[in-house]
Amino acid sequence: MSVNEPWNVDRANALIAAHSGAEGPLLPILHAFNDAFGYIDKAAEPLIAAALNISRAEVHGVVTFYHDFRSKPAGRHVLKLCRAEACQAAGGDAIAARAERQLGVAIGRTAADGGVTLEPVYCLGLCATAPAAMLDGRVVGRLDERRLEALLAEAQR
Amino acid sequence: MSLRIFIPGDAGAVAVGADEVAAAFATVARERGVVLDIIRNGSRGLYWLEPMVEVETPAGRIAYGPTAPGDAPSLLDAVLGSGQHRLRQGRAEDIPWLKRQTRLTFARCGIADPRSLADYQRQGGGKGLERALLLGPPATIETVVQSGLRGRGGAGFPTGIKWRTVAQTSAPRKYVVCNADEGDSGTFADRMIMEGDPFVLIEGMAIAAFAVGATKGYIYIRSEYPHAVAAMNAACAAARRGGLLGRGIGGSSHDFDIEVRVGAGAYVCGEETSLLESLEGRRGVVRAKPPLPAHHGLFGKPTVINNVLSFASVPIILEQGAAFYWGFGAGKSRGTMPIQLAGNVKYGGLFETAFGITLGELVDDIGGGTFTGRSVRAVQVGGPLGAYFPRALFDTPFDYESFAARDGLIGHGGLVLFDDTVNMARQARFAMEFCAIESCGKCTPCRIGARRGVETIDRIIGDDNRAAHLDVLQDLCHTMKYGSLCALGGFTPYPVMSALTHFPEDFGAAPKRLQAAE
Repeated sequence: MSVNEPWNVDRANALIAAHSGAEGPLLPILHAFNDAFGYIDKAAEPLIAAALNISRAEVHGVVTFYHDFRSKPAGRHVLKLCRAEACQAAGGDAIAARAERQLGVAIGRTAADGGVTLEPVYCLGLCATAPAAMLDGRVVGRLDERRLEALLAEAQR
Repeated sequence: MSLRIFIPGDAGAVAVGADEVAAAFATVARERGVVLDIIRNGSRGLYWLEPMVEVETPAGRIAYGPTAPGDAPSLLDAVLGSGQHRLRQGRAEDIPWLKRQTRLTFARCGIADPRSLADYQRQGGGKGLERALLLGPPATIETVVQSGLRGRGGAGFPTGIKWRTVAQTSAPRKYVVCNADEGDSGTFADRMIMEGDPFVLIEGMAIAAFAVGATKGYIYIRSEYPHAVAAMNAACAAARRGGLLGRGIGGSSHDFDIEVRVGAGAYVCGEETSLLESLEGRRGVVRAKPPLPAHHGLFGKPTVINNVLSFASVPIILEQGAAFYWGFGAGKSRGTMPIQLAGNVKYGGLFETAFGITLGELVDDIGGGTFTGRSVRAVQVGGPLGAYFPRALFDTPFDYESFAARDGLIGHGGLVLFDDTVNMARQARFAMEFCAIESCGKCTPCRIGARRGVETIDRIIGDDNRAAHLDVLQDLCHTMKYGSLCALGGFTPYPVMSALTHFPEDFGAAPKRLQAAE
């Protein structure tokens, strides 16, 4: 389960300061925001742009290019199901359909109660123990009905 | 003396319960007052046996697997007693699947303690850099050139030539960048090295830095690999403490340090110029080549950019010499390739062997066919941009040229097996869909072509003017293949066209008509 801090300008500026000495600091800064606040607040973009002396458009362009950077907070749990070929070959389509049905959430969406975000991921590198998933950063392989049940129960807690 | 037990900390083993098994061993040992030294090693790559526990004995390391937390009490009984157990596999090195391999790049993976530089050195690590420092930069580069090592990321460009190009430039600052954005489905060799033998990658990068005169290195790891990120960060810190990185690497006068950077979920960043853009803090948009990264790379400086496996293969080449490495393989594909067996496969995992083994041997003899027990219908070789091979082409030798000759590619060495329930028109559609999702958007054939590709295949599947749309699809693939800026748009036609060529019945097309169209 992810526990994030609420958006805070002072904290945001501290995170920027912690990384701005690096070469090419934008991705490390955005990762730090994503980790701390769970998403990249709209208000973050002008702060970063000013600190790095680049345009807001450039920051916005980067934020929106990468799948990892969220524009709003995810659910309490994030369940990523691998939808790539190796997992497809091992029955991943059925696993994904079952997860969608049971959670009542389509892949790419967050449950109405904010409980769980269901996301596709294209390969976790667990292709020899497929189908694979990741729940809040924890990897799970060889998903079958029994393992999926346990995983979904955990995601709904 | 305590009992040494190895339980992999590799993400693939953790995904099937290795952490729980390690915790169970610790608990049982504590209850019985047995002193255990549990080492979280990398995986040997025999994933159907994971979590595979190994116990150090006077007769060697005895393997047990696949284990579950509930097996800990009986396993401890066995270990302290006769050694007999229903999960016993014998000495790890004697397991036939491992014994058949030629492990050069993966020599230490699953054996050494990935958190200990001292253990790495005890197991023979570090000799490649020592040798390079004695040889000097030009002879080091010549050794890599002579070894025949080609880029293991997929493009297959000679590694030594790349290094020579960077060495010949003069610049106030040069970079060594490791492409660890292993996004191809069916591949996990980079992840295994980073989690199981991270120092070999550091050593390979240090050799490159010394050879070309670079002082700063980056390892760009995809965010889907948190275990690898943690392992590499820890290994870099240990390497700094141990003198392998930092001021005067390996006792030389050359300074070199490495920083780990994390990607953000963009497949296209595995393309080298897009990766460099991403490292610089921009959208992962592909650059037009030339200029080559070797001349104008990271922050506009000369840059060596290689895949994890390419760097990880360098230490043994330096240690044993170019002729030793060149002696494996055939034709223009020299050395060994860490091949990854994945998907619906009975014996999945990492199989490192000399180039030249046939696809059929890999699929049937080594992979053992599918785990569902059904017949293998198609094998996708080389990731999402690789071709689907039917059984009729299983005699293809695994090397760069043979696969290219059959309209395929070996890519990063991943094999994904599908059984006879697969619908190849759906797989072709997915290839286009994936390209549309991951396109960086810079060039039109990829950005628009992939979307039109999905729509066209939908019409073919829906029998909407099928014959005409089959022509459109082939025309579209031709445009994408020759008009795209990078391999994402350029190679997406491989899975699509191979599915159409070898499995026309899944597209509702008469096999003969398509053959005649060739």
